[in-house]
Parts: sequence; C-alpha cells; structure tokens
Amino acid sequence: MRICATLKWLCLAAVLALPVQAQPPLTDTPGVAERGRALVADRRRGLCLLCHSGPFPEEPFQGNLAPSLAGAGARLSEGELRARLIDSKSVNPDSIMPAYFRAEGLHRVGAAFAGRTIFTAQEIEDVVAWLMTLREERSP
Amino acid sequence: MRFLLALLPLCLPAAAAERRSGFDDMAPQTQAMQRDDSANPGMLWVLEGEALWARGCASCHGDAALSMRGVAARYPAWDAATGAPIDLAGRIAQHQGAPRLARESQGLLALTAFVAHQSRGLPINPPEDARLAPARARGAALYTQRRGQLDLSCAQCHDDHAGRRLAGSTIPQAHPTGYPLYRLEWQGLGSLQRRLRGCMTGVRAEPFAYGAAEYVEIELFLARRAAGMALETPAVRP
Repeated sequence: MRICATLKWLCLAAVLALPVQAQPPLTDTPGVAERGRALVADRRRGLCLLCHSGPFPEEPFQGNLAPSLAGAGARLSEGELRARLIDSKSVNPDSIMPAYFRAEGLHRVGAAFAGRTIFTAQEIEDVVAWLMTLREERSP
Repeated sequence: MRFLLALLPLCLPAAAAERRSGFDDMAPQTQAMQRDDSANPGMLWVLEGEALWARGCASCHGDAALSMRGVAARYPAWDAATGAPIDLAGRIAQHQGAPRLARESQGLLALTAFVAHQSRGLPINPPEDARLAPARARGAALYTQRRGQLDLSCAQCHDDHAGRRLAGSTIPQAHPTGYPLYRLEWQGLGSLQRRLRGCMTGVRAEPFAYGAAEYVEIELFLARRAAGMALETPAVRP
C-alpha cells in the first residue's frame, strides 16, 4: 500500500515536471536542419551567435554569454530543446535568452516587432532539427 | 592635514576599485588614439566647440578653463526653470541668449564636448540634491526593467555579464565616463542618449525620443554609479 502511494506520488511529480521541460512539435511539417543552421548563424534573424558559440568554423566573433551549442542534441531531448527555444524562461526564470515563440508579456516592444515572435513555428522546428544533429560536445 | 588627504583614497569604497571604464577594456591601439589629442578624433569637436564658445558664450562666461572646470562632472543637475533634472547637453541647448541647438546636432555636440573637456581628469561628482532622488530612483528602475522583443534589461548585460563577449564586443560596465565620445562604430561623436538609444533598438525596444525625461533619469542613475571615476571627454570607444 505504502509502495503504491509512493509510486503514485513519484509518477505525479514526473508528469508535473514534464510540461515545461519538454514541448511537442509546433507544426506537422518536420523541421529542416539545414534551414535551422542558417537561421542560427544569421545575426539579424536568429541572433544566436551574439551569445552562443557553436560549430561554425566560418563565423568569427561568436559570443560567450551562454553555453556552446556544440553537443546540444546530446545534452537535451528534442522536446527539451523546443521548450527552451519557445520560452527559455519557462525552464529557468533567470535566463537571459529571449523567448523565440512568445509575443505576449513583453514591455515596450519596438513598432517593427510588436505582436510578432522572433521565429515562426516552422522556424522553431527547423532550428530544433539542426540542434538535434549536434552530438559532439567539442566544435570541429 | 596633508597626511589625512593622502589617506583619503584608501577610504573609498571597495567597489570603486572594481569598477572599470570602457577604456580599460579597449584594444591598446584604441586606448592610444584616445590618449593622444592629435590622434583623438573627438578633439575635432572640442576645437569646434571652442570656436563656438568664443563667439557666443565667452562674453558672459569668460575663460571656460576657469568657469567650466568641474561643471560637467556635476551633471545631470536640477533645473529650477523647468522643475526637473537636466543633463549637460540639455542645459546648453536651452541656454538663453544663444541660438537654440537641437539634440545631437553637431553644434550642440561640439559645445557639450568642449565644456565637458574642461573637466577631463576630474572625478564624476553628482550633486547631493534631494530633488534629484526621485528621478534617480526611476532611472535605477529603468535600468533593471526588461524591455523589447528580446526582453533584456540594461543590468542583465552591463551588470550581470560585463566583461563577457556579445559576439565580438566586450560588454562594458556602463560607466558614462567619456561623453560625448567618439565611437568608431558611429564614425562620429555622440551623446550618452544616443548610446542608450542604441541599446534600446538593439533589444528591439521602442527607444524614447531624444531629450526624454527617461534618458535623464537613467543618466542620473549612471552618474551616481560612476561617482568618483575620472571624466575622459572626449573618450574614444569601439
């Protein structure tokens, strides 16, 4: 009886922990890794390399405010990576990473960006697909 | 007495020693450019300001080396006429008897640079004026408020991640020690308000208009934060 109750609580805790930590795909169309890589490298669209470094030997001036993207696909699951892209603060409220798929709850957004998310749903899927290809912790 | 004065630097708060001017994080060749007045492009504006001073201001204010020494170090200050804080460029722009100068115009930048240059090397010395306290507190709140589509506050970069690299640039501690200053990125002289606007558009926020009270509030907060640090006008920054 006691074992059952403990198991029940453990299961409940696991289920409660899941929704924020991992997110299902945002679209029915699988992401294209190649497009995702281009978005991450684009300093006007993705902005990722301002803070992160990653396996981009052709890109000088990569930031060091955030962990390297190398090995991201080995460290986190697809759902976990998607959750961090959609809204990193849902996983860690202190994160400085912008929410790439949330337009609400922001202050004084510039007119050109108001009401818009940084990425579209499909772009999130593209970037997730590319991140999942990063299995090596060390950049080549 | 002299002995006590010699001890004074030792009594400064420990935090003062950890504060860094953007100058400290620059490449040696950029530092050399700032140090050498004949290589510092900001000195062109100072010289232009000197000419404007001679034509318009000197008849009342006399020799700026005497009358303006230390003035810039005390700004922003309280403006009795408007009942609000005002920064140095704002004070010069609204000056009576002088042609009205627009914010960020070359004439205003030149005069501001010339006046601030008279305080080069002096410690930033915010006035102890209780009327400034509410605006300075609003400035502190603005500094820590997340804004824009990228949802970032000034503090998250310039306090929490100062010294790290945003792409190729070292994030400075945001001490306004050298304004107006020559920025290589701008290829020109610019005010602290221009720099604040740059960060705001960078996080995809709607910037305030030039001269807005919000900028002066942030400037007040930053001046207190940098109190005691030496003025460098005209500074050079990447």
